[in-house]
Order: sequence, then C-alpha cells, then structure tokens
Amino acid sequence: MNTQPHPAEAAAATFVLDGRSIPFTPGQTVMQAATAAGVYVPHLCHHAEFEPVGNCKVCSMQLDTSAGPRMVTACTLPAREGLVLHSETPAVQHDRQRLVQMLFVEGNHHCPFCEKSGACHLQAVAYHVGMVDTHFVHAYPPQSVDASHPDVWLDRNRCILCELCVRASREIDGKNVFAVGGRGAHTTLLVNSASGLLKDSAVAATDRALSICPVGALMPKRQGFAMPIGARPYDHADIAERPADT
Amino acid sequence: MSLMFPTAPASPSPRLRIATCSLAGCFGCHMSLLDIDETLADLVDLITFDRSPFTDVKALSEDGIDIGLIEGGLCNEENVEVLRAFRARCRVLVAVGACAMYGGVPALRNGIPVAELMQTAYLADGLHDPQLPRDPELPPLLDKVLPVHEVVPVDLTLPGCPPPADAFRALVLAEIARRTPDIATELPLHARRFD
Ligand code: SF4
Ligand code: SF4
Ligand code: FES
Repeated sequence: MNTQPHPAEAAAATFVLDGRSIPFTPGQTVMQAATAAGVYVPHLCHHAEFEPVGNCKVCSMQLDTSAGPRMVTACTLPAREGLVLHSETPAVQHDRQRLVQMLFVEGNHHCPFCEKSGACHLQAVAYHVGMVDTHFVHAYPPQSVDASHPDVWLDRNRCILCELCVRASREIDGKNVFAVGGRGAHTTLLVNSASGLLKDSAVAATDRALSICPVGALMPKRQGFAMPIGARPYDHADIAERPADT
Repeated sequence: MSLMFPTAPASPSPRLRIATCSLAGCFGCHMSLLDIDETLADLVDLITFDRSPFTDVKALSEDGIDIGLIEGGLCNEENVEVLRAFRARCRVLVAVGACAMYGGVPALRNGIPVAELMQTAYLADGLHDPQLPRDPELPPLLDKVLPVHEVVPVDLTLPGCPPPADAFRALVLAEIARRTPDIATELPLHARRFD
C-alpha cells in the first residue's frame, strides 16, 4: 500500500504562534500567515496592500532561537517552518504597551477633540494592549498643521510616521505627494510641492493616501464628527474583533 | 466582558475617606463622578468626603485620605503646591481624566512659548489698557502644562474626557472591598476611553 500522502494532502508548512500551528505558503510573512489564519497581530504601519516597512514595531513578538529569545517584527519576518513565536504573552503585551505609550508621548494626541477618535487605529491598539496612561514624560514636540488645501488637512501632531500615505500616494494614487524626512525627533511628514504646502500639491480628498491614514493626521475637511460617539468602529469592539482593512 | 460589582463591601467600616480636587481642569470629571447617581446614595454610609467641592475644605484631613481623585493637569505654581500636599496625605492617588493624564486641552499651549502667549493675550495691539495681570492672588504660570505623573507618583488612572461614571463606580466599590481595581481589564471597552 502506498503510504505517501497525496501531494494535496501533504501537511502544509507551519510555524507556531502562541502555541497554535499556523500554516503558510512560501513567501508569506508571519503577519500575512497569521492574518490568513484569523489571528490578530496588533499593527499600525502594516497594510495588506503594500510592502511591509517595519516602522512602528507594534507587531513585535518574541521568537525563540537557540541563542535565546529575540524580538522580531511579524510584518517583516518571512514565515519559516518551525518558527516558535509568542505574541499575546503578558511580557510581549507589556512591551507593546510601552511602544504605544511612546507613540502617544512623542506626538500630541488630544483624543477628546480629535475627529478620528473611535475610528483611530492607534487609540484602538492602545485599548487592545490595556494602556490606561502614557507612563513616560511627554515630549510635546512643536508640530505644524497644514490647513492650506481647500479639501484636505494634515495635522502633524497626530502623525505616527507609518508611511502608509507615502506608499498609497505613490502606488495607488500615482501622485507621490508624501515623503518622510529629517532625523530622530525632527523626523516629519513632508509634502511634495515647491512651497511644501498641501494646496500646491496634487493631493485630493478622495486619495487613498487619506483614507489609509490610521490616525487623524490626514483628513478630508468638512466631514468631522460625522459619526456620533457610540456608533464609531472601536466604541464597543476591540480592534482584534474588528480589524481594520489593514 | 461584563463588570461585576460587589453587592456588599468587604469591610463596611471605617468609612472610606475620599478627597477630590480640580487643578487645570473644567470640573467635567467631578460632574462625571456625580453621574454615578443612585450608587452615590448607596455609598453614603460607606464613604466620607474630605476636601472636595461638596465640602469646600481647603486642607486635607491629618488622618489621611484613602482615595485622592485629581482632576486636571498643572498649569501654574499653585497647582503644584496643591498636588504635592494632596499626594502627601493620600493612600491611593488617582489621576482622573485626560488633563490629569497628559495635560488635556490646556496642554495645547505647550508648543507656544509662555512669553508669546502672554503677549497675545494681554499686550496685543488693539486691546484696551493692555497690561500683564500682577495680582498676588494669581499664581505664576508654568512653562508647560504638565500631567500629574510628571510631578508626583500616581497609583491609578481613570482615562476619559471625562471618565464615564462606571469607571468611578468601579474604582470606589473596589476600594471599599479593599481591592485594587484593574481598569484596563475590569472595565468594559466603552468605560475606558481616551476621549
Ligand atoms: S490620532 Fe488617534 S490617538 Fe491621536 S489624538 Fe486622534 S484619536 Fe487620539
Ligand atoms: S500622515 Fe497618517 S498615513 Fe501618513 S505617515 Fe502620518 S500617520 Fe502615517
Ligand atoms: S506593523 Fe510591523 S512594524 Fe509596524
């Protein structure tokens, strides 16, 4: 009798995430395979439509190696047979919470009057990781707001430099309106126009670059607070139960 | 996850001493505390208010306070003095609301130098009799509006602007039961929020 499994029944390649066996196809990242298996991995700069860049580190998880545990970003790590990863452990969740807290203190996030509140991925991930305070000393960096465009505005106080708008403008809108420039604490979102202002750029309110912004940094004008408190995506659902389109 | 409230406190006496104060805030958090409505009636025999707007006492009781609720961040030197005195007497200090947590709306001024703010507010062209206020009753402004945790250690935080009444209720009932509430896991999502 032939004991070889039929190729279609051959065990798929798998890795282990939080004790669960996750199948993957070659070329997939850990994030892609986990998402396909219905496992939520907190993330901010990752989006299914774009090449991963590994900017935010929120998807960091622990990888067991022969040299001991190591932190890796799930969005950039190629899936490999036999990887053993830990994501929802108290230690990893605690580190993630610290990362999210840093994002809050390194920007100026005034959720009480932010139009994105309740629909914001940063806020929702903060709830998911159990953040109830900001822990660190606030940097209160002076940031500029660009309200020059008739239909679009950019509030750099809320930008987390995920580069999703950069990728969306380049690859989907075909406009290349945004870039990230500067170093360290002076890193900022740049607008590609001679004046550096939105009004002189090719941006439009319907651009994917706007709708993809996970926070309230790039927003269409005159649509604020359209959804009342209680009816917004993350008012009652954890982001793990209602992952964004990312 | 549903929130379980203890039906009877573990230790009915002595009464839990609660103090509250508002620094650079709008008193919205105090209003939210009052929104616990009938729960407050149930608590009447279990708690006692020390310094709070209910009592208008300025100095905290020497006996010490079980829960100190701080609303608002710190925008002037008097806020710092009040907060330090408050911390010294409180067993559990709670930063309540967005202003106490990170400065809130008052912290919007943090990107602007104070001299520029004073100039615009009091000395700008076109003002009638422009002058800087110099009354000794007026405490000098701090450079930046600060959250509570940057000046004194904080034990617990109730996020929200204001935190919902459910959050206050959970906190007080847990303290009556001599249990530290875990705001991040105990409260339903709609009761722990940053807005
Ligand atoms: S962008 Fe998100 S986290 Fe930042 S202020 Fe707005 S709602 Fe809050
Ligand atoms: S504007 Fe939005 S999408 Fe663009 S980098 Fe900032 S946070 Fe990301
Ligand atoms: S989602 Fe992986 S680093 Fe941002």
